Amino acid sequence: MEKVYNLNYYNRKIVCLAIPGKIIKIIKKDDLASIDYGDGTRRTANISLVDVKNGDYVLVHAGFAIERIDENEAKKTLELFREMLSDAEDK
Amino acid sequence: MFSINNNKIANDIINKIKKKNNNLKFMHVCGTHQDTLVKNGLDFLLKDCGIEIGQGPGCPVCVTTPKEIEEMITLAKTDKIVTTFGDMIRVPGQNQSLENLKTEGYKIQTVYSIDDAISIAKKKKDKEIVFMAVGFETTAPTTASAILKKPPSNFSILCCHRTIPFALKSILDMGELKIDGLIEPGHVSTIIGSKPYEFISKEYKIPQVIAGFEPIDILMSALMLIKQIEKKSPFVENEYSRVVKRDGNIKAQSVIEKTFDICDIKWRGFPIIPKSGLILKSDFNKYDARIKFEDELINLKNFKFKEPKGCRCGELLRGLISPKDCPLFGVKCLPDSPIGPCMVSMEGSCNIDYKYSKKN
Repeated sequence: MEKVYNLNYYNRKIVCLAIPGKIIKIIKKDDLASIDYGDGTRRTANISLVDVKNGDYVLVHAGFAIERIDENEAKKTLELFREMLSDAEDK
Repeated sequence: MFSINNNKIANDIINKIKKKNNNLKFMHVCGTHQDTLVKNGLDFLLKDCGIEIGQGPGCPVCVTTPKEIEEMITLAKTDKIVTTFGDMIRVPGQNQSLENLKTEGYKIQTVYSIDDAISIAKKKKDKEIVFMAVGFETTAPTTASAILKKPPSNFSILCCHRTIPFALKSILDMGELKIDGLIEPGHVSTIIGSKPYEFISKEYKIPQVIAGFEPIDILMSALMLIKQIEKKSPFVENEYSRVVKRDGNIKAQSVIEKTFDICDIKWRGFPIIPKSGLILKSDFNKYDARIKFEDELINLKNFKFKEPKGCRCGELLRGLISPKDCPLFGVKCLPDSPIGPCMVSMEGSCNIDYKYSKKN
């Protein structure tokens, strides 16, 4: 029988490199947006480095949103992994 | 939020890796990758599969040179408010750290973002505020964006930004260790994209995978590297496609280009690495603390620093040893009283290993 490893998600904020959050409200004149991190934390971040709209998900690093997270691509990731695991060459 | 986790797939990946006859050494250059590896026991798991993954110079705090820390200490001692990110203030300089200075009453403030440092400058107009700008390509655009917005004239930066691709080249050129594959940092790649790594696969025939930060991302990237090695066709593969685009974040790249020139720079544990640093363009001289306070920093021009006795951070940063190979690790060098930078930073491999209790 194949061994099962438990790989639980953990709180990424420990190493605060870049964390995902959802844009709640953009404050246009200052290039700022209120970001919800999903755990009750809301903080303002600078969005001058990205093109985003309310409701988009972004990665935030050092107070700046550095990229928009592609929601569809994120949903597809596991599907992509499954495909790669069933590669023809391995059969 | 955006947790990518699936035990079935993770197990399939592990079993697939296990079936292969591996004897491989991979390197990554990212503190968050190291955290994911060690926290989840993936380092041991992969070692059982014949794969060793070591951390290279992937911690901005760790590769900042003692000279740069001494520059900040000097500026703090001349009645300025110096600001930087949390871990940086704890790295020992020649005799003391910025944190030690703080206890003596000097004005040292940790900030979350360069914008916070600028806010201090706006409030305290009679004081000079210096921000120690450390970090790789992930952080450089935040500095650039702030500088382009013309902060107040009592604000300046001590630029310590470094960039990853040529540091990787330097490690490969030094040839001190065998590297079969590189796991590239997801957040640096978010900014620069995958193109800047392509020359490495071409010139050195080394496979590369840009990886995300979930345990499953690391496992998948290991499998991707193994497959590339089998096929003998090294290239830059993107495992973290939900964030990283081939061209990267163009907007961020353009603010970097507008603000910085590329320079040669020394990394802690390394000699000077060509084209691996960023320096403010001459248009922004008034924000360059090294120019603005040239007279105060003049004594540090030929600064020669001796590494603390017994400290092996240099070798660790070059991927030659692991924390437990250093006699100071967990004995004299502890998170509360660090001797080398790799024990200070939450992205340093000694700190990470210690935190997850692998003291022996």
